[in-house]
Amino acid sequence: MNDLSLIMPEILLTGFVCLLLMVDVYRKPSSGDVTFWTAVVSVGIVLVSIITYWPAEKSTGFSETLIIDPMSILLKLVLLISLLFNFFYAREYFKRSAKGQSEFYILTIFSALGMMVLISAQSLLTLYLGLELLSLSLYAMVAMERDSALASEAAMKYFILGALASGMLLYGISMLYGVSGTLNLAELAEYSVKGDQSLLLVFGLVFVLVGISFKLGIAPFHMWVPDVYQGASTPVTLFISSAPKIAAFAMAVRVLVDGLPGLSIQWSAMLTILAVTSIAIGNIVAIAQTNIKRMLAYSTISHMGFLILGIIAATAQGYAASMFYVFIYAITSMSAFGIIILLVSKSNAPELISDFAGLAKTRPWISFISMVVIFSLAGVPPFAGFWAKWFVLKELIASGSVLVAAVAVIFSLIGAYYYLRVVKIMYFDEPGPDSHVSSQPSLGAYVFTLNGALILLLGLFPGVLMHYCLVAMQAY
Amino acid sequence: MFEQVLFYVFASLVVISATMVICIKNPVHAALFLVLAFFSSAGLWLLLEAEFLAIALVLVYVGAVMVLFLFVVMMLDINLAELREGFARYVPVAVLVSVGMLISLGSIVGGDNFGLDKIAGVEPYPSDYNNTKVLGLAMYQDYIWPFEVAAVILLVAIVAAITLTLRTTRQTKAADPDHQVLVRSKDRLRVIKVMPEEEE
Repeated sequence: MNDLSLIMPEILLTGFVCLLLMVDVYRKPSSGDVTFWTAVVSVGIVLVSIITYWPAEKSTGFSETLIIDPMSILLKLVLLISLLFNFFYAREYFKRSAKGQSEFYILTIFSALGMMVLISAQSLLTLYLGLELLSLSLYAMVAMERDSALASEAAMKYFILGALASGMLLYGISMLYGVSGTLNLAELAEYSVKGDQSLLLVFGLVFVLVGISFKLGIAPFHMWVPDVYQGASTPVTLFISSAPKIAAFAMAVRVLVDGLPGLSIQWSAMLTILAVTSIAIGNIVAIAQTNIKRMLAYSTISHMGFLILGIIAATAQGYAASMFYVFIYAITSMSAFGIIILLVSKSNAPELISDFAGLAKTRPWISFISMVVIFSLAGVPPFAGFWAKWFVLKELIASGSVLVAAVAVIFSLIGAYYYLRVVKIMYFDEPGPDSHVSSQPSLGAYVFTLNGALILLLGLFPGVLMHYCLVAMQAY
Repeated sequence: MFEQVLFYVFASLVVISATMVICIKNPVHAALFLVLAFFSSAGLWLLLEAEFLAIALVLVYVGAVMVLFLFVVMMLDINLAELREGFARYVPVAVLVSVGMLISLGSIVGGDNFGLDKIAGVEPYPSDYNNTKVLGLAMYQDYIWPFEVAAVILLVAIVAAITLTLRTTRQTKAADPDHQVLVRSKDRLRVIKVMPEEEE
């Protein structure tokens, strides 16, 4: 009985998604919003069920394949909140482009379910299954826009590279299992601290790390990111750039910190290389992009590099800083794609950065919020993105990696160029002939404003969220 | 001794057939070699006394999945010349990478670390040992949570497949019975009074 109460949110979500499937089958073709509102209410209820169940300490269930600790609860909360934002943006997109696909909501919830399984995995088996549930839904979502050749190509690339990464991960897991004889992360941790056969464990670790890096989209395993971001329809890209990153962070913490603490010297060294390359590649290649989604894809790669800098520090504060970073990144990235969605219309979908020329003249409010979002992505002080970078760098320097921190700062300065260029194009360039007819304020625009306000508020009071991150991570 | 001979026979069969899968020209033959690879791995599992898994592998993969696979291969018109384009160009790099990988993997996965003196072989189970029963108990007691998650993954596969293939709006020509019953002659037939044309 106790075990079942641990997975109450997951059970509720599974139940609701089945209900949603039925609702979607029997709704009238004209009432597309029914599915949307059912999805919103379901996720809302699950959100409440998680909030009411805040455990004092960690508890495991189902023969230690599942763990509920403060970290998992906090991650799930932010995950579901980002899911709600995502629904509103997606509805806005479907309404504007008249390309409604209600399966989007269903597959998104399935994917979120996979993320929740992944977040509270205590065994490598549940970890892998959660990852597959999450990725499988994502592959389908990318391919959903069937008439677009770009989307099919992106889905194909994503699927094949994802399957390859899963294979690598499984091979690594099989090595870890073969050496230690256990799939349980706590037992694996004990084994890794004991220190025998560490060469074989490192061998397994390499493959597992390849899998994790692929899911996070860290260079040199980043090649799928730009194509998938560009090819998938914008709400799908918005989803891929936000929630799965939270899950991938959880996966990294579960495997590396929970499962292999004895190898922290080895994985810190590997992560340092990965982090520095992806910050460099992300920020430099983004400068050359003309497509806004591709630019944001390279920006994601550099942000993910920044995110793992906190894990390199290998302290509780470092993990908390990384967690803070991934939350801020998810919130900011959603609103960055929200800008694109708000400019979509039936005839016109902005893809190029130059499509944003003169936006400040035609849609001043939206371009003001966009400026907030882009400043936050670049890491300009009053906004949340600045604090995310600041906390990570602080922990990195405290742990003694001053050189890495310096490199990261230099590359973010380079990166500031392409972010600020978008602001410059919006505010100082002349609008093109057929651009952005101003439209009625819609629900999506209000959500976008709320999202921007959240970025500003978290920037003014970063301590609140950071406090919860520290509480969640104090066990380490 | 006999078991060791069997192991080496099956293991080399797996390696050879897996290599053939990616090297052979004809896709149908490649699929058949994959069948052989599955079959020999099933043999390896039998040596580990995992007879349920061995039989499941033969039944599910050899019996069902590979047959489907062969159907797909037959239905797709795979242009081999196009697939082979650039093969010769990439061979040196591929050989370099794979030999390097083979040596570095072999140095770790080899007998030094995984020999019988390091990791002992399985003890033979008593004759009343029931692999299927043990597996079932483990699956429904210890691993019930992963098992249920796997079930959800299958559900996603169904939903995703339907989403990607079903196009109700354009492809189906089926008539809605409701509309057919409710139809009245007025909806189908319009009587128009045609006035005789007047001369200018």
